[in-house]
Amino acid sequence: MLLDVSDLTVTFRTNDGPVNAVNGMSFSVDEKETLAIVGESGSGKSQTAFAIMGLLAKNGASTGKVAFDGTDMLGLSPKQLNKMRAQQIAMIFQDPMTSLNPYLRVSDQMAEVLQLHKGMSKRAAVAEAAHMLDAVRIPDAKARITMYPHEFSGGMRQRIMIAMALLCRPRLLIADEPTTALDVTVQAQIMELLAAIRDEFGTAMILITHDLGIVAGSCDKTLVMYGGQIMEQGDTEGLFEHPSHPYTKGLLRAVPRIDRDDDELLTIAGEPPDMSNLPKGCPFMPRCDIVKDQCAVVKPALQFDGGRKRACHADRAEVANV
Amino acid sequence: MSDPILSVRDLSVVFDVKLQNAWPWTPPLKLHAVSKLSFDLQPGETLGLVGESGSGKSTLARAIIGTIPVTSGDILYKGQSLMKMGAQERRKHRRDVQMVFQDPLAALNPRMTVGDIIAEPLVTHEPHTPRKQVKARVGELMERVGLLPNLINRYPHEFSGGQCQRIGIARALILKPKLMICDEPVSALDVSVQAQVVNLLKDIQKDMGLSMIFIAHDLSVVKHISDRIVVMYLGRPMEIGPAKAVTAMPTHPYTQALIASVPIPDPKAERARTRPVLDGDLPSPLAPPSGCVFRTRCPKVQDVCAGNRPAMEISASEQMAACPFHG
Amino acid sequence: MISQSDAKLLNDTAALADVRGRSLWEDARRRFFRNKAAVAGLFVLIAITLFAVFGSYFAKYEADFVDFSLMGANAYQGVPSFSSGHYFGTDIDGRDLFARTVQGTGISLLVGIVGSLVAVIVGTLYGATAGYVGGRTDGTMMRIVDILMSIPFMFVLILMLVIFGRSILMLFIGIGLISWLDMSRIARGQTLTIKNKEFVEAAVATGVSPFTIVLRHIIPNLLGIVIVYATLLVPQMIIFESFISYLGLGVQEPNTSLGALINAGANQMSNGTLWMLLYPLAFFLVTLFAFFFVGDGLRDSLDPKDR
Repeated sequence: MLLDVSDLTVTFRTNDGPVNAVNGMSFSVDEKETLAIVGESGSGKSQTAFAIMGLLAKNGASTGKVAFDGTDMLGLSPKQLNKMRAQQIAMIFQDPMTSLNPYLRVSDQMAEVLQLHKGMSKRAAVAEAAHMLDAVRIPDAKARITMYPHEFSGGMRQRIMIAMALLCRPRLLIADEPTTALDVTVQAQIMELLAAIRDEFGTAMILITHDLGIVAGSCDKTLVMYGGQIMEQGDTEGLFEHPSHPYTKGLLRAVPRIDRDDDELLTIAGEPPDMSNLPKGCPFMPRCDIVKDQCAVVKPALQFDGGRKRACHADRAEVANV
Repeated sequence: MSDPILSVRDLSVVFDVKLQNAWPWTPPLKLHAVSKLSFDLQPGETLGLVGESGSGKSTLARAIIGTIPVTSGDILYKGQSLMKMGAQERRKHRRDVQMVFQDPLAALNPRMTVGDIIAEPLVTHEPHTPRKQVKARVGELMERVGLLPNLINRYPHEFSGGQCQRIGIARALILKPKLMICDEPVSALDVSVQAQVVNLLKDIQKDMGLSMIFIAHDLSVVKHISDRIVVMYLGRPMEIGPAKAVTAMPTHPYTQALIASVPIPDPKAERARTRPVLDGDLPSPLAPPSGCVFRTRCPKVQDVCAGNRPAMEISASEQMAACPFHG
Repeated sequence: MISQSDAKLLNDTAALADVRGRSLWEDARRRFFRNKAAVAGLFVLIAITLFAVFGSYFAKYEADFVDFSLMGANAYQGVPSFSSGHYFGTDIDGRDLFARTVQGTGISLLVGIVGSLVAVIVGTLYGATAGYVGGRTDGTMMRIVDILMSIPFMFVLILMLVIFGRSILMLFIGIGLISWLDMSRIARGQTLTIKNKEFVEAAVATGVSPFTIVLRHIIPNLLGIVIVYATLLVPQMIIFESFISYLGLGVQEPNTSLGALINAGANQMSNGTLWMLLYPLAFFLVTLFAFFFVGDGLRDSLDPKDR
């Protein structure tokens, strides 16, 4: 097991009291495996990734256990964490410009990583960086490596980010909404690239997204989050075909499909939850179609049920019949 | 076919772009945001406008509502040219054409109450309406869009994104417009809320017999809500036709690539697809390719494509594509 | 399409009439009152204002009453004491320092507030107009500001005071002339951002008149920043006036300001009449600190980034 997260909780101190962004998350990622974390804004999917990487905002704190290849990430010193982040786990973000320095040439930024962590000479580092840009299919990489980030298009910048993340050959790549800011045709290119990279480098990947479509095409396993908790978790194929949680099911039915003619979209009523004021029981309860008495009081536990984990008081047949 | 409510004829919108380090006297570059676009909108019809960023779809919307000047061509509202109208007359026409914006929160003045926001168009065009009547009308509309009327004195920041978009829709409806332009109304919303808003718009459109222009980059949403679709690329129309036909049997290579790029939330269907991924990026709109603007990324490109701009021609029944090699 | 949670809310609130909303102003006020330093600053400011307005009723002497018996002997006989009625002692001319501090505080506050008001009114209108109209008008209006800013104002003001005579009016005119320049730039910048917001576009598209748009949509959203800047401008103006007075060009005898008092006190430092420096200085510093605290508090509470 490459990454083993158990009972991860992320709490933010705010003016209106503590807010639990993530509530007792447990999941694991195997070597070379791809896991999708799906959720809407505020579901805690990004905060999960930030907690794993030790990148939480100042007013945030995480408890629980995050074991990467046996090392507890939450207990590391900032220095150890830095080393870990560069060499074992890498992350790419929705907006590549947040991690690229607009005043430095791409070659300098990429070489710096290698010089620092691999002790390479500048010349060797630049050559390796150019090689990596080639690997992410940036045409004419040798010439363009000396350009500044703003001289590249959005899609190209995201490629540079991916190349940078891969420089130290990390074993796990966390991609936080990597294509949300991009056009569909470019999104298709980037998703294709990520799949190719996985095969080529043998990197495990966590893909964080709100888009069920890109999950379907690219991930082995899927984890659905709502209100900071896991609702359902399992094989991508099974989960999409027979969703066993009312939220997953509702979400799948609310998305219009290009390959089908559905006359009316079935909606999930209500609004996403207010994280500072979650219901006592199941966070999805106010919007759920199958509400039981205990839903309001008891938080459903995440349990193995029919080949996958789910957190719901209703049984599978009930959900299937709705 | 009845007379179209809106006709756009050879519409072009050109922006002057000054390079940052240019001298004050160097002539500005020309950015053709929309170039020679024509279409008709029938009463009660929903027209979808799809395109990636830089395709000019938002510019087109703003040209129709009149917040961006038109460079050439004409926009006819019920046969009357909006371009030739005086300011006073134009203002009267504004009440018939209303718009719903992309960012639900940014489209609402944070210092005004929801009631005042929704009432603003009414108060502007019928300033002598008694306050009681205005309030009643606002309450009615809030209910129509699925908001509780007793929240009338709340402020926008007290609502979620989906609710803010409902407020924006109520504001657009208060003058009982004939045409509603929705500029990416759901792309800033959460997936589970998107469907609510799409259904609401569809409902309202049917109820009130509105004509609607629905702009989005998400082809599956556009297909779901529209009767006809215009596919745009770099300000030029690529393909126009009935929504179902265009998405099921696209005839223009760009539409084909676009549809192939839209992910399907179904692992089996997704794996079964062959997807010709488009190469490269969007060319700079300041220096678009000669001839067909799509030729730099087109899988079917030939020598002639660099020559003249391809004309719109019938490619299938009721479908038109700007490509000589359609099909 | 009313969801379950909404329906519940409906039941809960059915008895009530319209729910009252919490405006951004109310939010800001709450946040402000949670900020202890800012509230303390506000109380100090109120106290100082009361002191400046009503302090003269408590003084036993007029501010310009010269006690000839104390003249030249104030190091021994003009010591602050309650029994003599000179709570803060007397100055070198035998005038009551308490009464003079009251007057000086008043004039300093007045200078600061007038400077700020001119800035708020002229600067905001000028900047908002330039920003909203845009184009060539904007260019011309802002170049005028640039030109005015590039003139060394201290020099001009000193010349003015020398040529037209030293009077409070001249001082106000001088301070008013410069204070609005920065404000107009700030207001213009803010207007440019607000102008591009979708809610302004929505208003334009509906056909709301430009004048109403500026009044209803631009100015209210501008006000937060303007208020913060105005609060921070007051102490700046007070310092500015003190400097002029320190040079001997500001407020003229028998009137006085905190700056003039500090100047007088500093000149007598070696004569053992330290109170002449310390009392006005204390008021000066406390006033400035209070203004800065309040300004900071306002900035934190009005900052839209908080949400």
